[in-house]
Amino acid sequence: MLKITKITKVFNKGTVDAKLALDNVSVDIKKGDFVSIIGANGAGKSTLFNAIAGSFYTDSGTIELDGRDITLAPEHKRAKQIGRLFQDPLKGTAPGMTIEENLALAAGKGGWLSLLSKKDHAEFREKLSLLEMGLEDRMQHPVGLLSGGQRQALTLMMATYNTPKLLLLDEHTAALDPATAEKVLRITNSIIEENGITCLMVTHNMSTALELGNRTLMMDNGKIIYDVEGEKRSKLTISDLMKLFKEASGKVLDNDRMLLS
Amino acid sequence: MQFFDQIGGLLQTAVELGLISSITVLALFLSYSMLNICDLSTDGCFTFGAAVGAVVAISGHPYLSILAAMGAGALSGLVTAILQTKMGINSLLSGIIVNTGLFSIIMVVMGERPLLNMNFTDTVFTKMKELLKDTFLGQYHKIIVALIAVILVVVFLSVFLRTKLGLAIRATGNNPDMVKSSSINPAFTTIVGLCISGSFTALSGCLLAQYQKSVSSDLGSGRVTIALASLLIGGIFLMKQSRITGRAIFSVVGALIFQMVYTVALRFNMPAYMLKLVSAVIVIIAISAPYLKKKFPEFKRSFLHGRYLSKLRTENDTGDKKDA
Repeated sequence: MLKITKITKVFNKGTVDAKLALDNVSVDIKKGDFVSIIGANGAGKSTLFNAIAGSFYTDSGTIELDGRDITLAPEHKRAKQIGRLFQDPLKGTAPGMTIEENLALAAGKGGWLSLLSKKDHAEFREKLSLLEMGLEDRMQHPVGLLSGGQRQALTLMMATYNTPKLLLLDEHTAALDPATAEKVLRITNSIIEENGITCLMVTHNMSTALELGNRTLMMDNGKIIYDVEGEKRSKLTISDLMKLFKEASGKVLDNDRMLLS
Repeated sequence: MQFFDQIGGLLQTAVELGLISSITVLALFLSYSMLNICDLSTDGCFTFGAAVGAVVAISGHPYLSILAAMGAGALSGLVTAILQTKMGINSLLSGIIVNTGLFSIIMVVMGERPLLNMNFTDTVFTKMKELLKDTFLGQYHKIIVALIAVILVVVFLSVFLRTKLGLAIRATGNNPDMVKSSSINPAFTTIVGLCISGSFTALSGCLLAQYQKSVSSDLGSGRVTIALASLLIGGIFLMKQSRITGRAIFSVVGALIFQMVYTVALRFNMPAYMLKLVSAVIVIIAISAPYLKKKFPEFKRSFLHGRYLSKLRTENDTGDKKDA
């Protein structure tokens, strides 16, 4: 489904600040996989997502999505097949426009000059009611008035409105309070399962990483240092993960956020 | 009676000029309020439209002159947009560059003359005058032409900005990342938006030239500030939840108010050259007021804190003296 072959990315090439952010990364994600990705800050998780989504071109290597080479496709073209959520709930929606208008853009129906129909309105309403946040009664409100959790849930709805081939979740619940985060995660999980979306999720929460999905990758220093799925994964505990990280990278995972959660 | 006639005439002129310049304000409503781009090519684009329109009208095509001017404006907008989306030039700078370049092109269009006269030319205004010659509307032919243009532009904007392309243009000014993730290229929406706003600016220039029956090469100078001032004045009356149509209409109201104030000021013998200073001051106040209002509690706090410190100091001083 998603086939990444030997991609490399160096930031600030040729200067003293040069940083090898992705070091010959290869990974093959199967259709319907839900992969959680963990790793310390600066390990290259977000860089990997940026490379897949097309925020920049990689220096070398190829990226294939569903058998099609997208290595050099522009970001907005890849967005047709790749949905993406960021940690910052403000990133995925236009605050000055209404909920309905945001959804209309995400749905992308009709030609350039088409207007919203009553049918679209009813469809948006129905979709929004699935979030159970009461957003279906606030469709004419500007998105800027919503809370972070509501905005993130709306962004999720928008990113998956036309079922994407691949969904990239970049710590999309990290900025939310625990209760809201859990709710958004639950919605995420149900949308992914219902539509059979292939999904990559970066998380700092070790238990989430093991609970959700069917495969876990661990990254460090621009490399994938550990890749586990199936039965072996289901037996893993958080302390196993910590130990594995230490063995593979020679460092201790010293992130409080990872330890505490 | 003569006094009232005079006032009525003055009012009518103000409305006519206000309506014509409100089309530039509507252009800025699209580029500045919607796309979030301060398009400094407005001045040049305004004159360009006026010059092209005048040349075509003088050659005997009053209706075609409108289309030609709008086409010229769209072209100018296209160049400004390409400079900033495809060639990495800052949006303010690309406006200034296009503005400068247009000056030469305008001279070429006007046949190297700084002034074109249209005293005996058929324009959309004279055509309307002929049409309404024997009706009671005769003396209002100029307002009618301007009003038709303004209504068409407002209707166009309020429908267009609700289409998918219009939504994408609004989102581009609001959150360009989100536009990309909706599989739309923000460069494309910027180009379309600036072309449309350019054509409106040029239309406004063309109408002004035909209204006053002449074009000079500096017709558009300072237009961007005047239009911005009008836009911001109109914004004062907006409710938080105003819809697109309402916002467009209030932009027109802003232009009318600005023109009224200006007309009244002229009546009280303010020299005409003060217009630009007045518009500059209005823009400064309108943009800085929300910022200063937000900052005011901080000023107040630091002022009170300073007073508190000096009070402490004087108390300590007297205390020290007592000890000594």
